[in-house]
Amino acid sequence: MHPAPSVIFFTVFSGLGFGFLAWLGIGIPAPQGWAAFPYFFVAFAMAVGGLIASTFHLGNPKNALKAFSQWRSSWLSREAWMAVLTLTAMGIFAAANIFLNISMPPLGIVGAIMALITVYTTSMMYAQLKTVPRWNHWSTSLLFILLALGGGAILAADSLGTILFIGLAALTQIYVWDAGDKRFTKRGHSIETATGLGDIGKVRMYEPPHSGTNYLLTEMVYVVARKHAIKLRIIAFTLAYVAPMLLAMISDRSFDLSIVALVAHIIGLLAQRWLFFAEAEHVVGLYYDKR
Amino acid sequence: MTTLPAQTTRKLGLVIDLDTCVGCQACVISCKGWNTENYGAPLSDMDAYGAEPSGTFLNRVHSFEVQPDTGGCAQTVHFPKSCLHCEDAPCVTVCPTGASYKRGEDGIVLVDEDACIGCGLCAWSCPYGARELDQTAGVMKKCTLCIDRIYNENLPEKDRIPACVRTCPSGARHFGDFADPDSDVSKLVAERSGMDLMPELGTKPVNKYLPPRPKDTLQEAETTALSPVAETPKGFLGWLDKALEAL
Repeated sequence: MHPAPSVIFFTVFSGLGFGFLAWLGIGIPAPQGWAAFPYFFVAFAMAVGGLIASTFHLGNPKNALKAFSQWRSSWLSREAWMAVLTLTAMGIFAAANIFLNISMPPLGIVGAIMALITVYTTSMMYAQLKTVPRWNHWSTSLLFILLALGGGAILAADSLGTILFIGLAALTQIYVWDAGDKRFTKRGHSIETATGLGDIGKVRMYEPPHSGTNYLLTEMVYVVARKHAIKLRIIAFTLAYVAPMLLAMISDRSFDLSIVALVAHIIGLLAQRWLFFAEAEHVVGLYYDKR
Repeated sequence: MTTLPAQTTRKLGLVIDLDTCVGCQACVISCKGWNTENYGAPLSDMDAYGAEPSGTFLNRVHSFEVQPDTGGCAQTVHFPKSCLHCEDAPCVTVCPTGASYKRGEDGIVLVDEDACIGCGLCAWSCPYGARELDQTAGVMKKCTLCIDRIYNENLPEKDRIPACVRTCPSGARHFGDFADPDSDVSKLVAERSGMDLMPELGTKPVNKYLPPRPKDTLQEAETTALSPVAETPKGFLGWLDKALEAL
């Protein structure tokens, strides 16, 4: 799949933003009054910034409001609803806190749960696709949620949360990469099932339907730069998982170290998300004898 | 609504005969022509006269080579591919706006371009590459089964079939109602073991493909040597033969 910068930015930053909102919702940390402003500003900027980035991916954004209509069947529509509802709930929670100095823990807890459901709906846009076996698995959603909680913990400067959730995300990540590498073959998709010609014998492409490229190839049969996949996995794993965990283990941390952990995590996550798309193989590639 | 109809009254679709398709691309061109001038946004081309032309097509012909397991010559199979109008169409349920829908009356899967946001999720969900996002209009394009031909009373009756079927010079494309067991397409599928593409994905395509018929195998000819007609000459001819060779 094409690793479009807009969707990488969207999933990385909205995940971090909603993850941080979840922590703020349960009161970790629990700044009061104007002191709370920078915390909520960062969380909302990331969540909303990510959502705005996702609209750059649309071919015809003028109809974007219609995306709220099909929540009964569409994960993208559910994602739109959950994002707006969560931002509203947490917006009320934040405004009461900042401007009125009123703390509303029940609303915060509800908002935190909604934030995680939002991340789940984001993950399901990818995990629902049977056409991309690497994504079509519960572990995709688990990793998105653990990364939101872990990234949120880094932003919340909560050492225990960082070690716990980034640690769990790291273990899940190893499984996701390992199982994901095998799933396409395991599901039994092949050029023979795609063409139905397997009963005769071995199939290969003789002549593609077009000499140039097309939307299908650029969007779904992205094979460029996969050769760097192993290096990028090492970079992503080190920066997104190992570095924040090690830094969280240093007791009595300075603010500077938290920033280093956050920057490392974001850079690692961008690499991880690039791989998430670039390594995902769509079954339509079989019609081009490519994967 | 992007929920699928529980069942459709009719199941209109195509039968594509992989045995008779000659890969001439006429269906590709007639489809592009008709659908650029009629229903919805035109099918645009990018860099049409430049070094890297590309464009939107609703029907494309792939060509494959199959090496039979039983030995013998490899077979070339031309393989036209367009929307299969699946009964369990994943492209419909993923749509956030309701732009992508399957009609209850005839089972045709369509895109309402006035509601499409061009997110591309329906194209991602389609295993067959049947949907292409038009790079000029920014909306999703797909086969409409020529709804503007098949119900068009301004056209002569013989033209009320999809453009690709009408134009096919080798009779490799057939249009009809699969819900009717007595229709020509249903009979063809029954006779020739019509098949689904990527059945393991559970999309239940309406369009069916007829596999190539088994090829004849060359029979080893029974040969008995002919009796020789010319033997070593004797007598005068024998002398002449030797004499001429000695010269």
